[in-house]
Amino acid sequence: MADEAAASAPAEPAIVARLRERFPEAVEEVTNFRGQLTIRVRAEDLTAACLYLRDEPEWRFDMLADLCGVDMVKLRELPRFDVVYQLYSVQHNRRLRLKASVDEWGSIDSVTPIWPGANWQERETYDMFGIVFDGHPDLRRILLPDDWHEYPLRKEVAQEGDRLEADRWLAKQGIPIRLTE
Amino acid sequence: MTNTLVPASGTAIEITDEQQIDDVHRVITLNMGPQHPSTHGVFRVVLDLEGEVITDARPVMGYLHRGVEKLFENHRYPQLIPWTDRTDYAAAPANNLGICMAIEKLCGVEVPERAEYFRVILAELTRLASHLIWLGTHCLDIGALSMVLYAFREREMILDLFDSFCGARLTTNIMEIGGFTRDIPDGWLDKLREFLAIFPSRQQEYVDLLSANPIWLNRTKGIGVITPEDAIAYSLTGPMIRGSGVAYDIRRARPYLIYDRLDWDVPVGENGDTYDRYLVRMEEMRQSVRMIEQCLEQMPADGPFLARESNYVQPPHLASQYNAEDMQRHFVWTIKGPRPPKGEVYVSTEGPKGEIGFYIISDGSSVPYRLHYRAASFVNLQILPKLARGAMLADMVALIGTIDIVLGDVDR
Repeated sequence: MADEAAASAPAEPAIVARLRERFPEAVEEVTNFRGQLTIRVRAEDLTAACLYLRDEPEWRFDMLADLCGVDMVKLRELPRFDVVYQLYSVQHNRRLRLKASVDEWGSIDSVTPIWPGANWQERETYDMFGIVFDGHPDLRRILLPDDWHEYPLRKEVAQEGDRLEADRWLAKQGIPIRLTE
Repeated sequence: MTNTLVPASGTAIEITDEQQIDDVHRVITLNMGPQHPSTHGVFRVVLDLEGEVITDARPVMGYLHRGVEKLFENHRYPQLIPWTDRTDYAAAPANNLGICMAIEKLCGVEVPERAEYFRVILAELTRLASHLIWLGTHCLDIGALSMVLYAFREREMILDLFDSFCGARLTTNIMEIGGFTRDIPDGWLDKLREFLAIFPSRQQEYVDLLSANPIWLNRTKGIGVITPEDAIAYSLTGPMIRGSGVAYDIRRARPYLIYDRLDWDVPVGENGDTYDRYLVRMEEMRQSVRMIEQCLEQMPADGPFLARESNYVQPPHLASQYNAEDMQRHFVWTIKGPRPPKGEVYVSTEGPKGEIGFYIISDGSSVPYRLHYRAASFVNLQILPKLARGAMLADMVALIGTIDIVLGDVDR
């Protein structure tokens, strides 16, 4: 496969070189694990880099296969979160993973204007981590109730969540019986 | 001043001033679901209607949210496989395959050839079962009530096969990291051959019932048209993108297991409407049967079924009952779990509904640091508001049906 062959070469993959050429400050880190290439992009350059990767005929990453957040609190000091983008090019049959960092109460540019398919996936990331996406058309919680009290995939939240707050929420909905006892 | 409406039923309805917004543009907000049978589960859409035309649709979901990604972070790797049964519960083996392949990629485990063939057989049987449930319920929604009986009759045969291999019909937990711990039961392959001999004629029955049926054609042709550009931009995968004429199938684009050794075609549609997606899924069922037949021919009769040499794979269970060292190995592996190397992988497979992706970040411990599950139903459903705008109210059930969602997969 194209990217795996490129990744196994000792020199830097062509896509990284071209990104560095185009955006000298953007590429922060390049890793390669099991033949999968990951490029960490500076958050300020994210929109420009994504537009370049989508529109440049050489790459044509026209599909955002997946988007998710990661709470990095146990793995590094700061910034707190990563947002991970799995790109796919239907035309060239090539995959690429982009990453960008976000502060705990910071925000990152939305990629929904670039790939409409990012819409609900960004909403889910906001729902689970509280990461704010600037320029998102409709940033609301998607899976949890609108007035939910925590961001459950943050590492400080236990598996069962804050049960006291959950009880209060249930009482507010008029559901006094606790079903989890 | 009050107005009076006289509908066809004859009983006059009085409309007061407050109710009367505008004579021409009277927008009604209609709540469809979450207990509506045509939403295939607990899914709710809030519709804005002008007469019978939908002007806006706002999906509301999360009623079935169980937080599987949080649960993934709190369970050891071998314990994750049963959780994936409960996401897309209509196609559990496909999810089992996705997570097993992701963990194997992370750990660098090589699966024996015979297990790879058998995984393809199970994955294609799952595709048949999932497409049959789609066909039955989609027709049921639109008004072809008898189809569901025929579709579920054949689906039951597939579930019986799953049952006799792993002991469960739906929550299968059918494979392990590195292959299979149980061998194929005696006579199982013969039962599979019997099913394959029957199925094409049964599928012909469905075609006879539907393909020339004027009601079916009226309800599906030209409904919910998706252009190829939209299909790619909205990250659609599976039959949703192929119905629009984009021949993107992960089994063909980036072959995994032994798909590159099989001879099969990727069906694509032309118009991107509901009828084309029906044709694509029907043709996929024929191709699946073709693939299973080739697998049966090519599969080695004997050979290892589990990658025994790897430390990430469950040690033999039978030996642990006779031998102290084996018992210790088995005990430690079960209690502590394997510890994959540090790293991250994203592995995607072609499920019945589209791309099933698992993104694992490992910090070297026995539980994943982060495991993200990319659900095909969730991502495919995003296009629903775009399809619904401008459609007729009666077509809403056809649009939900053609996307082929399972709410366990959407809400996770």
